[in-house]
Amino acid sequence: MLSRLVLRAAPAALRALQPHVAVGVLHTTRPLHTTQQSLAPVPPLPEKGGEVRHGLIPEEFFQFLYPKTGVTGPYMLGTGLLLYFLSKEIYVVNHETAAAACILTVIVYGIKKFGADVAAFADKLNEEKLASAVAMKNEALQTLQTAIEEEKKEQWRAEGRSYLFDARRNNIAMLLEANYRERLLTVYNEVKKRLDYQVAMQNLKRQKEQDHMIQWVEKSVVQSITPQQQKESIAKCILDLKALSKSAHAAV
Amino acid sequence: GPLRERPLMEVRLGELHTWISTCTFTPQGLLGAVQRAWSSYCAKYIHVKQGGPAGISMLLAGYCLLSYGWNYQHFKRHRWRKYH
Repeated sequence: MLSRLVLRAAPAALRALQPHVAVGVLHTTRPLHTTQQSLAPVPPLPEKGGEVRHGLIPEEFFQFLYPKTGVTGPYMLGTGLLLYFLSKEIYVVNHETAAAACILTVIVYGIKKFGADVAAFADKLNEEKLASAVAMKNEALQTLQTAIEEEKKEQWRAEGRSYLFDARRNNIAMLLEANYRERLLTVYNEVKKRLDYQVAMQNLKRQKEQDHMIQWVEKSVVQSITPQQQKESIAKCILDLKALSKSAHAAV
Repeated sequence: GPLRERPLMEVRLGELHTWISTCTFTPQGLLGAVQRAWSSYCAKYIHVKQGGPAGISMLLAGYCLLSYGWNYQHFKRHRWRKYH
């Protein structure tokens, strides 16, 4: 009761405090777990109830009277009391007595005949409930177990990250190297092309100069041959040929 | 243990008088006693895995006796004999 009063007064008191103090105070105004008992785990039910004889009288009564009166004491006491009540008519026999006798007979007969079956049925129901609860618990345990294993596996995988990064680093380095070499080759080819062009240009120029000079020399030589010189040279050639033919005739 | 904390079943007949004098007869005390008695009866005969007919039959028998006691003045008028 008092805790409820405290709980009701708590918000007003908290509003009065500074905001940054109220957060810490909140934890101390709630009563938490002040009793020694805890509700879980619940202790299991006892297997059998207290012993009762003839369905009506607890066994403790018989044990109470046993040291003084032995085994028949309580029955004697019961019979004596019954006869006393009947004879003094403290218990009056009327129509309700007959009704009670019939009802009791039917009840006892019913219990004796169907008691075991009903008990087995109830036990089966209980067992089913228990089995389903236990199955749920086992399933939850299994799920958690597999989750733990998965987690461990993930941790193991995470350890191998360094290898993964090394491989990736190697891949990238190889790509860079290949790219560099490709570009180097391109540069080499381009430079070679330009240099070849220069060489070809020079060769062409020299060739052209040579050709031009040869042509010019030939042309000027041909031009310098006058018709007079031409006739003289032709006559000389004919004379030379005749001489040669004579020497050839002589040789043969 | 001391007399005050012992349950009724463990009090000897000679000490019953002193035990009753140590009880608190306030409404809360009586209510607490009734609650304790009821919960111990339930724990012993009803909240078990294999209870029998004993649990409720004792309650019904007690109810029958109590109702006979309450209506005793009515039953007294239907006696068979006048003098016993």
